Amino acid sequence: MIIPAQYYLTISAVLFTLGMVGVLVRRNALVIFMSIELMLNSVNLTFVTFARQLAAIEGQVAVFFVVVIAAVEVVVGLAIIIAIFRTRSTVDIDDVDLLRG
Amino acid sequence: MTLPQVDLRIILPEITVGIAVAVVMVWAAFLPQDRQRLLRWVSGIALLLALLEVFVVSGGAAFGGMYVRDSLTKSLQIIVMLTAILAVWMSGAYMERTRLETGEYYALLLSAALGALLMAASADLLLLFLGLETLSIPLYVLAAIARGDLRSQEAGMKYFLLGAFSTVFFLYGLALIFGAAGSTSLARVASAAGTGSPLLLAGIGLVTIGLAFKAAVVPFHAWAPDVYEGAPLPVAAYMSVIAKVGAFAAMIRVFVLALPGAVVPWGTALAVLSMMTMTLGNVAALLQSNLKRLLAYSSIAHAGFMLTGIIAANRAGTSAVVFYLLVYTLMTLGAFGVLLGLARRGEEADDISDLTGLAWRSPALAGAMTLFMASLAGLPPTAGFFAKLYVFSAVLDAGYVAVVIVAVLTSVVSAYYYLRVAYTMFIGQPSPEVEFVGGRWVSTAIIVTAAGVLLLGIIPAPVTTFLEQVADALK
Repeated sequence: MIIPAQYYLTISAVLFTLGMVGVLVRRNALVIFMSIELMLNSVNLTFVTFARQLAAIEGQVAVFFVVVIAAVEVVVGLAIIIAIFRTRSTVDIDDVDLLRG
Repeated sequence: MTLPQVDLRIILPEITVGIAVAVVMVWAAFLPQDRQRLLRWVSGIALLLALLEVFVVSGGAAFGGMYVRDSLTKSLQIIVMLTAILAVWMSGAYMERTRLETGEYYALLLSAALGALLMAASADLLLLFLGLETLSIPLYVLAAIARGDLRSQEAGMKYFLLGAFSTVFFLYGLALIFGAAGSTSLARVASAAGTGSPLLLAGIGLVTIGLAFKAAVVPFHAWAPDVYEGAPLPVAAYMSVIAKVGAFAAMIRVFVLALPGAVVPWGTALAVLSMMTMTLGNVAALLQSNLKRLLAYSSIAHAGFMLTGIIAANRAGTSAVVFYLLVYTLMTLGAFGVLLGLARRGEEADDISDLTGLAWRSPALAGAMTLFMASLAGLPPTAGFFAKLYVFSAVLDAGYVAVVIVAVLTSVVSAYYYLRVAYTMFIGQPSPEVEFVGGRWVSTAIIVTAAGVLLLGIIPAPVTTFLEQVADALK
């Protein structure tokens, strides 16, 4: 049985929306970051689906770049979050509010 | 298997900066703390070398058309190198004083510059994305580089979370565009734009959100004031300029060059964004008492002014945006340079009241600050006046009368808060707590930027003539 591309695109759109809601609703910096990773992976799924559908290798190449960038973001993001946890013992973004605005 | 032939000479400036990043990063691990300043020299020399190469290297395309070196690339890359060089000059004294001076700082600064260089030269959305991330990720780290400082950490986290969030929108847009056009090459996207497929429109919308965030365009600006306030002063100076240069380079590449306005109606959408940005940026700046926040809102307002040149989508508009970027670089870095020359009991002198009576203690510094403020407000005979004149007349030619009216009115509003800063320096008693800490290199940076602002304000013709060929990249 061949599953049509629309199903993959739909599920990636759903994952993207879930991630977006997670970023907007959750207050823990780590969970927000995980939601962003979920969104990144939904983008990957979209790329792979289109690459398969259009028989264009560029889409798969793009996924490699996205994976690398996601890894780099993990390194930088976790480093910043850990630095904050060490000094404040919390990563709740509502408690990190020295800068007004 | 045979590999495709690639002439690496075309990316010589990027290679130079890339090697410098690696050298500085590794060397830093082997140098004692008191000798890290050597790396400042290594970075500065590498940047000067790369600037020289930008002038020398001949144009063309490489990597299967992903990378293009034309007159637009050249002009934008010159601005990028200028920004980075001025930032290295301005950072040294501050970083040494606050004991933050390490090799990583310069390596990150250089790699952000590398990202902006790539964005200026990308003819493919994938390369644009790589450049955007090479620019952004070092900036997240730089914002948080004062590790022990709670405010710097907070700035880093806010910038990182919001930046990563906006990156995902850019990427999803890229994926949808790829699905609609079958390629990420901007040329292929341009030819697919005629179909007006909803997938493509959605993709362009999402890419716009990603770029608008980097340029701090309303309503995607919320991070800017907090991040500028929390980040160390030289970092705030650097990122206010380099992120703007990268984002507007991308906007020229995507909107003006790849998407003909008639087919995809992005002009009206961007016109609304730019009117919101100019209004909110200028009005919010009126209320600020902290100079870093004031300059943050000022940078938002200037993003709105530059956006008008993108909306124009004509030859005049494109070269006007590049000219504006050059002038913005000089006047913003100049204003930050003056702040870097001052300290309040060893801390950053970032309150407007810290400037009280400065004119009587240091006429030169106050004079330079007045010049930068006049230029930011767009008063003749400074470069800021011509920068605004060129973008506004370009967008007027394109028929956006409402945008020009809002732009001119908000410029008048902006004169109030810029001149208030200048006025503060000429009244009242100087605070004894404020001391001069600049040093030779900060002074050099202020002199260079002030000379630039003044020269471009009196005789802009040589530079504008040079920048007119930028528009040759347009079809």
